[in-house]
Amino acid sequence: MKITEDSPSALTALDRPNSYIGRSVPRPNMARLMQGRAQFVSDVTLPRMAHAAFVRSPHAHAKIKSIDSSAAKQAPGVVAVVTGAELSKVITPWVGVLTHLKGLKSAPQHAIAVDRACWAGEAVCAVVARSRAEAEDACELVQIEYEELIAVTDAETALDAKTLVIHPELGDNLTFERVHTAGNPEQGFKAADAVVETTFVFGRHTGVTNEPRAIVADWNAGDQRMTVYQGTQAPHMMQNLFAKHLGLQEHQVRVLTKDVGGSFGIKVHTYADEMAIVALSKLLKRPVKFVADRIESFVTDIHARDHRVKARIGVKNDGTITAWEIDDLTGIGPYSVYPRTSGIEANQVVNLTGGPYTCPNYKARARVVFLNKNVMCQYRAVGHPIATAVTEGLVELAAAKIGMDPLELRRRNLIADDAHPSQGPSGIKFEALSHHAALAHLDSMMNYAGLRAEQAALRQKGIYRGIGFASFVEVTNPSAAFYGVGGAKISAQDGATVRLDATGAVFCHIGVTEQGQGAEAVTAQCVASAFGVPIERVRVIMGDTDNTPYGGGTWASRAAGIGGEAAWQAGKALRQNVVAIAGSILQAKPDTLDIRNGVVVDRDTGKERIGLDEVARIAYFRPDTLPTGVQAELVATRHYVPRAWAFSFTNGIQASYLEVDTDSGFVKLLNHWCVEDCGTVINPQLVDEQIRGGVVQGLGAALFEQCVYDDRGQLLNGNMADYLVPMAMEMPDIECAHVVTPTADSELGAKGAGEAGTAGAPGCVMNAINDALRPLGAAALTDMPFTPGKILRALGKV
Amino acid sequence: MSEHRCDIKLTVNGETISETVEARTTLVDFLREALSLTGSHVGCEHGVCGACTVRVDGVIVRGCLMLAAQCDGAKVETIEGVSDAGEIADLQAAFERRNALQCGFCTPGMLLTAQELLRGGGVPSRDKIREQISGNYCRCTGYQAIVDAIEAVAQERAEAKR
Repeated sequence: MKITEDSPSALTALDRPNSYIGRSVPRPNMARLMQGRAQFVSDVTLPRMAHAAFVRSPHAHAKIKSIDSSAAKQAPGVVAVVTGAELSKVITPWVGVLTHLKGLKSAPQHAIAVDRACWAGEAVCAVVARSRAEAEDACELVQIEYEELIAVTDAETALDAKTLVIHPELGDNLTFERVHTAGNPEQGFKAADAVVETTFVFGRHTGVTNEPRAIVADWNAGDQRMTVYQGTQAPHMMQNLFAKHLGLQEHQVRVLTKDVGGSFGIKVHTYADEMAIVALSKLLKRPVKFVADRIESFVTDIHARDHRVKARIGVKNDGTITAWEIDDLTGIGPYSVYPRTSGIEANQVVNLTGGPYTCPNYKARARVVFLNKNVMCQYRAVGHPIATAVTEGLVELAAAKIGMDPLELRRRNLIADDAHPSQGPSGIKFEALSHHAALAHLDSMMNYAGLRAEQAALRQKGIYRGIGFASFVEVTNPSAAFYGVGGAKISAQDGATVRLDATGAVFCHIGVTEQGQGAEAVTAQCVASAFGVPIERVRVIMGDTDNTPYGGGTWASRAAGIGGEAAWQAGKALRQNVVAIAGSILQAKPDTLDIRNGVVVDRDTGKERIGLDEVARIAYFRPDTLPTGVQAELVATRHYVPRAWAFSFTNGIQASYLEVDTDSGFVKLLNHWCVEDCGTVINPQLVDEQIRGGVVQGLGAALFEQCVYDDRGQLLNGNMADYLVPMAMEMPDIECAHVVTPTADSELGAKGAGEAGTAGAPGCVMNAINDALRPLGAAALTDMPFTPGKILRALGKV
Repeated sequence: MSEHRCDIKLTVNGETISETVEARTTLVDFLREALSLTGSHVGCEHGVCGACTVRVDGVIVRGCLMLAAQCDGAKVETIEGVSDAGEIADLQAAFERRNALQCGFCTPGMLLTAQELLRGGGVPSRDKIREQISGNYCRCTGYQAIVDAIEAVAQERAEAKR
């Protein structure tokens, strides 16, 4: 274990000359993005392409009594008007369940609603026209008669006997329930000197990717192939699902993912309207494009969070935590989202609560209920912001109650750095964590003692600043335990194929995808280092199911840890193949040779022997000069999947320093720190930028973001003027540092870093706000987002 | 010219363009669909996110809040033109060095917005930089890297002037 600073070291733990591991090399794909030369799906046009728009249900729950599309069909430019019933002849419905989430149930969901709409925004009819504008014009001419039904919109009463059951065939509105007890919570609470009990509320929010969801589907009846241009995180998963529900073989479907304008978990799910587009293309035998507009994004992009967690903690006067208890309730949409389900977030809350700490006494219940609101599913840091805010909120409330410094209470309870392997209260397994090293580093990095002194001095002047912390664990590098064991065809493994071209450059085809996080750069770094070429000579090919090894894509912080290892291993394998041929050419033993900086060298002396361009020239154009029986294999493929651990947990701690204006209720974020441990850091700059971007996404959840519904299931703020996102003026600079504890499950030792920021930031800010307001006697704020109104109410000012 | 269509003549990135447009067509849709200049992006279509930022007669505007028909006689510059002209090469290099973009969807608008501030000269404070880009939404970076990159270019340009 070692501490690294924000600035990278040029040296590497991985023993290769000219290694790029641990270096902040720039991403190879940035120039086109900066020159307006990227290709996002919204930029794609194809010959004969038509555009789709949807008529969407204005009601949260309604019977569709009739659809009259005769006027729309006559409108200028209209190619087709298609209802759910008509489209259901082309594409089959799906049910979003996983068998390892026992008891999880859902109802069949159609690409376009058939007979009944179950949330405001569900597509009821599609119009395909020459232009999007003409399609939208014609949408206004579709006459739909609805019979409004009672909308179930309150999770608290969704399970009451008198509440309407949204899917009568399921018996009740309970999607999923998990109960977990570990240790002896009852005895733990009895042994406590103090018990703190409160209810945490997490607003429903959404991803607001800058590029909305976009898809172009092109059914070529001549080839009997469906080519889908889609901004997705998981091309192979989508290939499987498009094929399955269109009645095609997988090899008949090609999913192409080029530049994607932001994902964050939003673009890793099956969306009914996107399924409708592939079906419409099949039906109409021509390319069909759909780009969600911003209002459609708000009512159809998956929402997340929306948890109410009743929670308590027992603590002794010496700071020992004695027990945890949580009761989580979350209201999803009318369907569990396919194929990852809407049960995972609540399941993660149960898994992760109390995770950083030694106290084993834990009682948890989580219930997931159906509502007539937009669907809910996995969004960046799934479950972590909730579990972390609950755990860390309880820890700081307990510290305040017994009068102990919050960092000191953590020191007395965090799992010791030398106690691994270990496990959390829910039974989650930790290979190796570094909570105490991270905490110690944070303490000095932020000058905690100095800030406390400043805080005390400013309070005398009526300025209320707060310091809050959040220790956390993060799930990364998931094995098949996440989805595969539950029956979903979502690959846990990933593959990389590297190929030496005829001039000595290298192509790497890999299953993980680029969402802007830097997977392409990391892949190039791994290949260049393992094989031995300058990074400029590596070209990475991603996002094409015809041309990459089968893989899972990008989610759960897996691209660098899993994809990077596959690329590293493939690079090594190609090096072996190439030095074998070079040995044959040079009449040297292959194990005396190496490849460095694009040249085959003597391994011991570094003396240059033959360029890769010359090896390639001979292998490709003059193989006749090689000895009989020697065949050059200048392509190598390797796959990787974590096997020793179900998940490679990372850990870390964040701190927030902020000021609350007690007259206006506004919160000014002054500083934010994060020390985390993602194992081997392949690219320090990219890791830090993942942390920073992730923190800011968490800050949005803490202070601004909420999808506000009324009790009839209408989203009241579905636009970017009313739904507030973090903008530059409100965000602080964020200081990052790392403890490095590599995973032994891979040679690289890299764990994921994509979600740590989002996991910790909301709880951290909550604790800082409460720290600021505690001397004013304000009731603890536990209801996110912490808007000025809520703060003023807590202060008794409104 | 019918009630719903207008003939417009304008220059786009120095090229003279004569087109007939629907009166309702926004400038950004016109650039993207009629001229295939897809570097200007459509993010929110109501003037909040800044992804559609382009220059009209030297001033940055929201391409989603201006109609193509309003641009008759105007000089329009998009990221493609400004980039090809080399005007922001230093800013682009700084964005690359600092990884001031991830998905890159906001980046064309962000660059044009930053360049407007930088063209004013001097070395603006970080707060001033944040204020300048406060109407440009970036979901990926958290803004710090963008502020760093813009600040670095302001310093470089000020240094070069001395």
